[in-house]
Amino acid sequence: MRVTVRLFARLRDIAGASELTREAVAGATIGDVWRQLATDFPELTRYERSISSAVNADYARMDHLIADGDEVAFLPPVSGG
Amino acid sequence: MNPLLAIGRDPLDLQGIAASLDASDADSGRDGAVVSFLGLVRNHNLGRSVRYLEYEAYEPLALKAFERILREITERWPGARLALHHRIGRLDIGEASVAIVVRSPHRGDAYAACRYAIERIKQIVPIWKREFFEGGDVWIEGATADPDDERARAEAERIACV
Repeated sequence: MRVTVRLFARLRDIAGASELTREAVAGATIGDVWRQLATDFPELTRYERSISSAVNADYARMDHLIADGDEVAFLPPVSGG
Repeated sequence: MNPLLAIGRDPLDLQGIAASLDASDADSGRDGAVVSFLGLVRNHNLGRSVRYLEYEAYEPLALKAFERILREITERWPGARLALHHRIGRLDIGEASVAIVVRSPHRGDAYAACRYAIERIKQIVPIWKREFFEGGDVWIEGATADPDDERARAEAERIACV
């Protein structure tokens, strides 16, 4: 299956793209997508413990199962206000 | 009329936001207080001379986080009503990045709910600022957003109620 990955702020700078497409196997979790991404862009690894994640614009945990066509977002620590 | 919860690129219109909040309830006559907050871009941060900021948002999730803050406020301070606008894009020194307006029957609740709103924005809303200063630029990274982190929520409430 295929998911769209959205990256923001510094994560986007590291990957050089705000949106990527990734293949995932059935039963894959958000965490699996993240680890694949961190393999492609090792600099992402230092965000492992500080990111938040979302699926289809709702916060979701790293063990959340993803489905074909999902939009998976990775969010570095926020700084609004 | 402005939506009460919004993210946009235009300069923030505090009076217009306050008027929309007033007009959003037929029984605004019960309110005895309006408290508003504007967050401004300042010209210094951590010893750096700031030139300007750029904000970006994950807009659909940020709006849902605004709605969550509204629900939390309504539960904690029944009778309080909230309007919340955040600006994105390039903001120069002195411009407002966030506008919050709270109305309530009594001033104590309005002050507390307004403070609570800005603390929660900084905790759970997916918005980021990039600081352009003399000599470089840096993404500012604050809190790891976790709306279910009850300790963070309680800390925002504690600060709001000091």
